[in-house]
Amino acid sequence: MFGAGGGTSSYEEVEDTDVVFLWGSNAREAHPIWFHHLLKGIRRHGTRLYVMDPRRTTSAQWADQWLGLRVGSDIALANAMAREIIHAGLANTAFIANATEQFEVYAGAVESYTLEWAEPVTGIPADVIREAAHAFAKADRAMVCWTLGITEHHNAVENVLALINLTLLCGHVGRWGSGCNPLRGQNNVQGGGDMGAIPNKLPGFQDIELDYKARQRFEAAWQCAIPPKAGWNLTQMFHAMERGALSALYVIGENPAQSDADAHRISALLEGLDHLVVQEIFLTKTAQYASVVLPAAASWCEGEGTVTNSERRVQRIRKAVEPPAGARDELAILSDLARRLGHEWGTPSAESVWNEFRTLAPHFAGGMSYARLESLGGIQWPCPDESHPGTQFLHARLWETPRAGRAAPFSIVHHDPPWEARDPEYPFLLTTGRRLESYNTGVQSSSYASPLHRGETLDISPEDATRLGLADGELVRVTSRRGTVDVPARVDASLRANLVFMTLHFPDDVATNLLTIDVADPRSGTAEFKACAVRVEPIGVGAVTLD
Amino acid sequence: MTPLVQLTRPSRAPKATVACTINGQSVQVSEGTSILAAAATIGVTIPTLCWLETLTPVNACRLCVAEVKGARVLAPACNRAVESGMEILTDSPRVHLTRKLVLELLASSVDLSCAPELTALMDAYGARPERFGPPAPANAAGTKQHAVAGHHAPPDPAFAATTSEPPTVDNELYVRDYAKCVLCYKCVEACGTDHQNTFAIAVAGRGFDAHISTELGAPLPDSACVYCGNCIAVCPTGALMAKREFDLRAEGRWQPEAQHAADTICPYCGVGCTLTLHVQDGEIVKATSPMDNAITMGNLCIKGRFGWRFVQSTTGR
Amino acid sequence: MDTRASSEEQLAVDRVLGAPRSPWDGGARGSHRDYHTASGGAARRAERTMLLPALRALQEHAGWVSEGGLNYVCERLDVPPAEAWGVVTFYALLSTSPRPTRMLHVCDDIGCRQRGGLALCAALRASHGEPAVHEAQGHAVDLAAGQAAWMTSPCLGLCDQAPAALVTDAGPEPVERLLGRVSASAVRDVMAGRALLPDASASPARPQQGSAELVLLARAGTVDPLSLDAYRAAGGYAALARAAQLGPQGVVTELVVSKLAGRGGAAFPTGKKWEAVAAQQATPKYVVCNADESEPGTFKDRVLLTDDPFAIVEAMTIAGFATGATQGYVYIRGEYPLAAERVAQAIEAARRAQLLGANVGGHGFAFDIEVRRGAGAYICGEETALFESIAGRRGEPRNKPPFPVQVGLFGKPTVANNVETLVNVLPIVRHGGAAYASVGSGISTGTRLWCLSGAVQQPGVYETPMTITLAALIARAGGVAPGRTLRAVLLGGAASTFVTPDQLEMPLTFEAARAAGASLGSGVVMVFDDTDDLEDHLLRIAAFFRDESCGQCVPCRVGTVRQEEALHRLKHRRTIGSAADEHALLAEIGAAMKDGSICGLGQTAYAAVESAIKSLGLFSASRA
Repeated sequence: MFGAGGGTSSYEEVEDTDVVFLWGSNAREAHPIWFHHLLKGIRRHGTRLYVMDPRRTTSAQWADQWLGLRVGSDIALANAMAREIIHAGLANTAFIANATEQFEVYAGAVESYTLEWAEPVTGIPADVIREAAHAFAKADRAMVCWTLGITEHHNAVENVLALINLTLLCGHVGRWGSGCNPLRGQNNVQGGGDMGAIPNKLPGFQDIELDYKARQRFEAAWQCAIPPKAGWNLTQMFHAMERGALSALYVIGENPAQSDADAHRISALLEGLDHLVVQEIFLTKTAQYASVVLPAAASWCEGEGTVTNSERRVQRIRKAVEPPAGARDELAILSDLARRLGHEWGTPSAESVWNEFRTLAPHFAGGMSYARLESLGGIQWPCPDESHPGTQFLHARLWETPRAGRAAPFSIVHHDPPWEARDPEYPFLLTTGRRLESYNTGVQSSSYASPLHRGETLDISPEDATRLGLADGELVRVTSRRGTVDVPARVDASLRANLVFMTLHFPDDVATNLLTIDVADPRSGTAEFKACAVRVEPIGVGAVTLD
Repeated sequence: MTPLVQLTRPSRAPKATVACTINGQSVQVSEGTSILAAAATIGVTIPTLCWLETLTPVNACRLCVAEVKGARVLAPACNRAVESGMEILTDSPRVHLTRKLVLELLASSVDLSCAPELTALMDAYGARPERFGPPAPANAAGTKQHAVAGHHAPPDPAFAATTSEPPTVDNELYVRDYAKCVLCYKCVEACGTDHQNTFAIAVAGRGFDAHISTELGAPLPDSACVYCGNCIAVCPTGALMAKREFDLRAEGRWQPEAQHAADTICPYCGVGCTLTLHVQDGEIVKATSPMDNAITMGNLCIKGRFGWRFVQSTTGR
Repeated sequence: MDTRASSEEQLAVDRVLGAPRSPWDGGARGSHRDYHTASGGAARRAERTMLLPALRALQEHAGWVSEGGLNYVCERLDVPPAEAWGVVTFYALLSTSPRPTRMLHVCDDIGCRQRGGLALCAALRASHGEPAVHEAQGHAVDLAAGQAAWMTSPCLGLCDQAPAALVTDAGPEPVERLLGRVSASAVRDVMAGRALLPDASASPARPQQGSAELVLLARAGTVDPLSLDAYRAAGGYAALARAAQLGPQGVVTELVVSKLAGRGGAAFPTGKKWEAVAAQQATPKYVVCNADESEPGTFKDRVLLTDDPFAIVEAMTIAGFATGATQGYVYIRGEYPLAAERVAQAIEAARRAQLLGANVGGHGFAFDIEVRRGAGAYICGEETALFESIAGRRGEPRNKPPFPVQVGLFGKPTVANNVETLVNVLPIVRHGGAAYASVGSGISTGTRLWCLSGAVQQPGVYETPMTITLAALIARAGGVAPGRTLRAVLLGGAASTFVTPDQLEMPLTFEAARAAGASLGSGVVMVFDDTDDLEDHLLRIAAFFRDESCGQCVPCRVGTVRQEEALHRLKHRRTIGSAADEHALLAEIGAAMKDGSICGLGQTAYAAVESAIKSLGLFSASRA
């Protein structure tokens, strides 16, 4: 945000902030140790927690106030808060004047988002929206933290921008204890971005199209020409396969056959490829479609390297055990592949690759030698030189007078409900999420004997269960416009009527993604996993024992 | 360029310095420093059991007691702040006697076979737990759970009562062995307000029948437990133990001296928890996190603590 | 664990907590608002202070705390079930297994056991089997038959009317009664389910009633304890009026001048305590009246609570005024039902008369009081354990420092005073600290209440200046029966020491007691004559400390067990080595308990044993 692709704050600040908006995140289960830092804030500092989530999750149970908004009404809620803050005279005018632009346009855009309008749209009582908005604005320091509840929507980027607007409005960014923070879902989501594994950036978030000098630096180092145009994101790749523009795919450590929305369609596309290479630690569902499978070592414990976490801390991973016979280090696989394609990369080590990165993204990582990463327990980027301690929070420049660098713009975003709405044919809204003990498509997490493991269920409100005559464990058929699955029902008081919930953890048993919709955000490429319309019908074949 | 507001952490007022003596030696530390920490600055080690740097001191074990001149009773060094002019003795005869008795009282009632630090201390303090008579035969499972506060059967003059009960194995991830529990409260604190805030376990019962318990003494799978294993991580006596280690010990195959450890980062989310993988015979046998790690403070979640099996799963790889 | 409470259990809890506010705290679903928002956080977690009252409500209603009932309370108060379980199992009067609606608790402690208590227990064993401690230890109780069951009890604080018993009838209209001078036929009536006699604490022995020398007991038995008007007519609330004239600082000054020392056992100067709380910046501040009188042989506070409850309300109000505290709690031991009822009535009457509330007596300050009842735990008389109990946690004492004047109830500055101490405040404020200090000598100023029990002919609470000698005090109580010889006096309580016949000329001042290596404790003067089996009493004391140890710290938790075991080895001539070896072992255990325990319980658990062995020569024989 504002030119840097990472969360602005450090975990330590979560323990010392006054108000946290945890928005579209069940961090208690999805980011348990980050939640420890939040709990320290709650217990020791007196942090007030507001949780925005359609379900009253285990995170929401810790909230001073739970705001159980309707699925996909995030922008409506954020803009209503913004309007309330502006009208109550609680906007941070000094910060806005110094650091931002387009405030007047923004204020005009949110003007119609009154509390009275927002109450029926979001479902949240006006007084609750008002109180939360005032608490956020009046706090000395406050932060917004979010996860997939914000980003797994067809308007993911706009959702994020709506939250960033709130922090700009109140001056809650660029200082200790204030900021906007996406919590990353995997140990190297952030690091992948850092290293350039996004379509429009070179390593170190240097823009491939706009940053001519950076491109030149890379071309010189790599002795090749770099096409000055952004690549495709995952969703765009599938679109390209659909129209025949993409016929060969190399997948490293990803399981799109099960992890992506509308699984029927994805499988057909993968099958239709001329050539599919899958580099994996397991023979996943995706690997089963592959022309070539390259068995890989599990980097996090069978290889060396670095990852970057949600506070921008670059951390070392180390080899603890040998990979199984035949599985190879990913860097070795890639180097061999390059050699076959006529490029001699030698036998690079993780450290030598990293050092090349440091020279090519010096402002970003110049100071992060392996030795320093080791001795400091990781370093938060940016860290330009070896005397730099790393950066605990970003964007302090916005507070400097005169401001350093360019202004942070308010973004004009408007409420845009989920692509699919409930209708008489599909009267339930299905939303998806994670459970504590499981992980994504269960490739890794299904291997240990957790007493918490229970298979997939359709979680349904007590009201709907009564209406449909359902008891725990009774099998139901769930149907969307794209597919059908049979799954046991589980009555869950954290849900309200017309809202049902499933996870994505058990695709081999219940392929939830047969139901989900693959309408995706055009900028992030993330599909709207959080909302699709479904029908729920008891099958009448009796119940299974849950857990 | 001046910032509009203070950007950095609000500074905390510097603490005053207090001067005291420890074993006759002058020590200067900042206000609020514990006797334990003050002693450490001059290289004086005070034994502890219920204290841990990541937990709020509960002062329950009384192993760390020190003598403060003029005070009626001994002070727990782990929590008692140094005051100006204090004359502290960390190894006086009174201190020595109380520590010896604490070790004897524990060893006579609890199985310390998985607590080598304590058995070493017993040698150092000349503790002889057998002075209290032969240990009583093992109690039936659930004895403490069914005890009633304020009542106990008259003692049998032939034996010294113990806490022994058969180990509770009610799930595949960890084992609870009350016979080894010294009631140091560390697990309760780790599960509770200090870190995890799950409160699956608490101290129940009273007096000698006090014990760590789930709600109604229910099996772990019926309790609020989320299997983070943060209790195991802080247990000093092996009363809480990962099932894997328990099984390997039972088979006589647990060999800490033959293990090596490597620090890496947990793969399961974007928080970046340092995982210390303990490897024996090329196989991961345990995962922990360093207590001094700023992100984890030694804590993990169920996935980090137990979810590493997949790398050595024999199916699929 | 999702067992639900019965609707009756829910009602019993709701009577204490009020109705639930939303489905998120135990209420019904249905409101649109509740599907979209819920409040929680620190304010909700603070409701945990109602945990013990809610658990007591379940116990009183059903005779035990069921799984469903516990779950409901946890849902209402947002308390983790494991923590609530830890609290339930801490208190002797809360049962976690089903019990008959009527329970008889027979005192077998030192005040009662050889004055009829053990005989009652023996008779009950013969007629009704072993005590219903639990299924595994006692005989199975046939709940369906609705029969009564019995248990033994530690001292019930009715030593003036030994042998004593407590009866509890669970149900929609729960009844709790203390019974005194319990006869075998009375026990049969109780066990047969017959109607109960009035509470014995309504009619204590009042040996000095009407005497002009009485200060603290002046109104006891002569002024209607239920009437605010009668209290005022007898000089009540004159002290508060005087306090308002003196101002907060003036009140504290009078207290300091009076040299009043705490009467609960620790004898800390009360004025200093109030001064320290008044000086604290943190708010809110609290006044806690420690009415958890549980030291074996102590019953003076019970007499004040039942005979003169308005005095406690007035004194706490003055404490609030002087220190800036706005809320008071009276924590009354669970075994004193009538005392709790009377104090609650007095609070209600004072509230109606606006002597409690937002503007107390028109003096421009706010103060109110709540009654909290214990549930069978001696340790909760330790002030920090008492705070924990009020906060809804296990009654485990805290380390000190920090002291309650800084970090007390709910972590805030707190005045914690014993009942008798507080009642002393009234004459001090009314007549001045100097006048008060003119009675007595040195630091032992004012009058003091003594609990005379055991082998004296007229047991009861006596009030005298502290300069009285032990011999004179015992003589006032009629001495031992004709033909008997005084063998020993337990002075101060089970946590204190035995005094021998040659020490009886000791004045009962703090100074003299200290010089004699004794302690006045809570004013216990329990007399034993030549018919008493002192070794048996000592074993009971050792069992008491084992039973009442909270279990938190090692020296006390295990030390009290090892101490009792050693005494039993001596008793049964099964010593390890010689008796002298066992004495040496006991001395080491005792030293570690005294030096290493967190609180006064462990620190004093060896005191009586030590004095019995050293001064009385008990347990001197080795293995047979």
